[in-house]
Amino acid sequence: MSSIRMTLAGVSSIAGVKSNDTMSSWLKRSARALGLPLLGLVVFLMIWQAGAKQIHTSLGEFPGPSQVYQQTLSLIADHNAERARESDFYDRQEKRNAERIAKDPSYEAKIREYTGKPTFFDQIGTSLVTVLAGFFIAGLIAIPLGICIGLNGALYSALNPIIQLFKPVSPLAWLPLVTMVVSAVYVTPDPLFAKSFLTSLFTVSLCCLWPTLINTAVGVSAVSPDLQNVSKVLRLSWGTHVVKIVLPSSVPMIFTGLRLSLGIAWMVLIAAEMLAQNPGLGKFVWDEFQNGSSDSLGRIMVAVLVIGLIGFLLDRIMLLLQRAFSWDKKAITR
Amino acid sequence: MSLSKHLELTGVSIEFPTPKGPFKALDNVNLKIEKGEFVSLIGHSGCGKSTVLNIVAGLHKATTGGVVLEGKEVDEPGPERAVVFQNHSLLPWLSAYENVELAVKQVFKGQKSRAEMKSWIEHNLELVHMTHAMHKRPDEISGGMKQRVGIARALAMEPQVLLMDEPFGALDALTRAHLQDSLMEIQKDLNNTVIMITHDVDEAVLLSDRIVMMTNGPAATVGEILKVELPRPRDRIALADDPQYNHYRHEVLSFLYEKQRKVEDIDQHRTVKKVEEAAVELPKKRAHG
Repeated sequence: MSSIRMTLAGVSSIAGVKSNDTMSSWLKRSARALGLPLLGLVVFLMIWQAGAKQIHTSLGEFPGPSQVYQQTLSLIADHNAERARESDFYDRQEKRNAERIAKDPSYEAKIREYTGKPTFFDQIGTSLVTVLAGFFIAGLIAIPLGICIGLNGALYSALNPIIQLFKPVSPLAWLPLVTMVVSAVYVTPDPLFAKSFLTSLFTVSLCCLWPTLINTAVGVSAVSPDLQNVSKVLRLSWGTHVVKIVLPSSVPMIFTGLRLSLGIAWMVLIAAEMLAQNPGLGKFVWDEFQNGSSDSLGRIMVAVLVIGLIGFLLDRIMLLLQRAFSWDKKAITR
Repeated sequence: MSLSKHLELTGVSIEFPTPKGPFKALDNVNLKIEKGEFVSLIGHSGCGKSTVLNIVAGLHKATTGGVVLEGKEVDEPGPERAVVFQNHSLLPWLSAYENVELAVKQVFKGQKSRAEMKSWIEHNLELVHMTHAMHKRPDEISGGMKQRVGIARALAMEPQVLLMDEPFGALDALTRAHLQDSLMEIQKDLNNTVIMITHDVDEAVLLSDRIVMMTNGPAATVGEILKVELPRPRDRIALADDPQYNHYRHEVLSFLYEKQRKVEDIDQHRTVKKVEEAAVELPKKRAHG
């Protein structure tokens, strides 16, 4: 009896140790997955808070985390107030028009657009639309061109110097030229797009098409010789060879290029908006800088964080797309 | 005797350009192969076995001489000379089924209906025992399984000549034996000509009608040809005790290790040594570091 009790105790103690072990390893793992990034964030916030207090500018103290939080709330409040004013405006307009029509049925109601100042969130929307459109145009040019260059060694040799020349050009150098060309060429009485939108768009496209172009060309030209032999033995036609062998095999490289391009597009856009005073987050930052109130630095800091967050999210979205569409599931997650 | 054989290599030499001038890999290789014959190429590594195979496949062009298959000169690759590549060469983005399908669609375009193609693909995957994993992609199956799919793809082209570049080198012994058996069966049914490169003396004797033993490179050529006159079907267990079988093994071994023992001149020895040293240095450094 006593021996049974002892074995039972032994078993339970072993089981206890075991579950404790898995428990502690689970804790360790979750501490690594969640705790360390959290710790990093807290340390960063503390250093930021302490450092910000030491920096005195002509617009007051450098904004710390708490000011940034306040300014975020105030930007949201501004946005809501602006929206309320907008809907009030339309309500009043509708009421007025209804009254006029009631008095005089032949009256033709005039509908005027609300022309309020764009809020921070409107600017985010503008920037996102611009960056995605610019990135889309860049991809539309870069991927087909990259495939042609990758397939044709002579074309590659011919175009390579041009690519290498334009690749490192800063967006700010392109901007004046793009602005002038857009205003000279895009002359219509009823413009579908604002000129400022087109200027930002083309500047972004010009700067961000290079990584996609180069990566596509490299991916296409670097199809493994073994797979090319398979294609030769099967006597695949040129078209089938491109569609069945070359394109799938270069998809991972194309996605790498697209991810780099989107990152560059986002960076370029902010700079272009800032310099050209085109609507968007860049203009918001510049306006706040020019405004020079005691809130300005805090608001700029909010913009900085939002720009970073959006850039990060865009990259994650590209990564998810890459995972979904590319056969190479070992895509880098950095 | 008919004037033209099924497959004929005549005076095949090949030179590769190098910065130090042309390198002659093969010199005057002559070989006549009958329809339905199973021929193995055996020789030390670097003797140009793969080059011979690539010339028959049409992937390399002989500098002088040439290859004639069924009275037609070989001047480009084609599915009637299907290749089983050393490293499987499956398209990594396609499943096993789709890899075979690509070949079947290309070869039997307009000859087989959709349903016929499907059953033909499945039949070939069945031959190599891959039906259980036919919808898996190459990165989801083992190296041996990939090679089986590679063989299924080549067989599915219904080639006149099946070219195999060390097809079973990457397989474990049991799978290898199994695949050797099914290869013998398949060859009996389809009666296609097979040229196989191998390092394995047993494999060569078991499978071949003739074993072509190659001299060491550079300027390698056919050294001896051994006719293997063992009755078919061959049974590996029965043959293990067969004096005739062991005699053939002895012949090949003595060619490889006595007549063509790797004796290099000083120059060649030096370069080979350098490569070997580099290969050995790496793990050594790791071990010390």
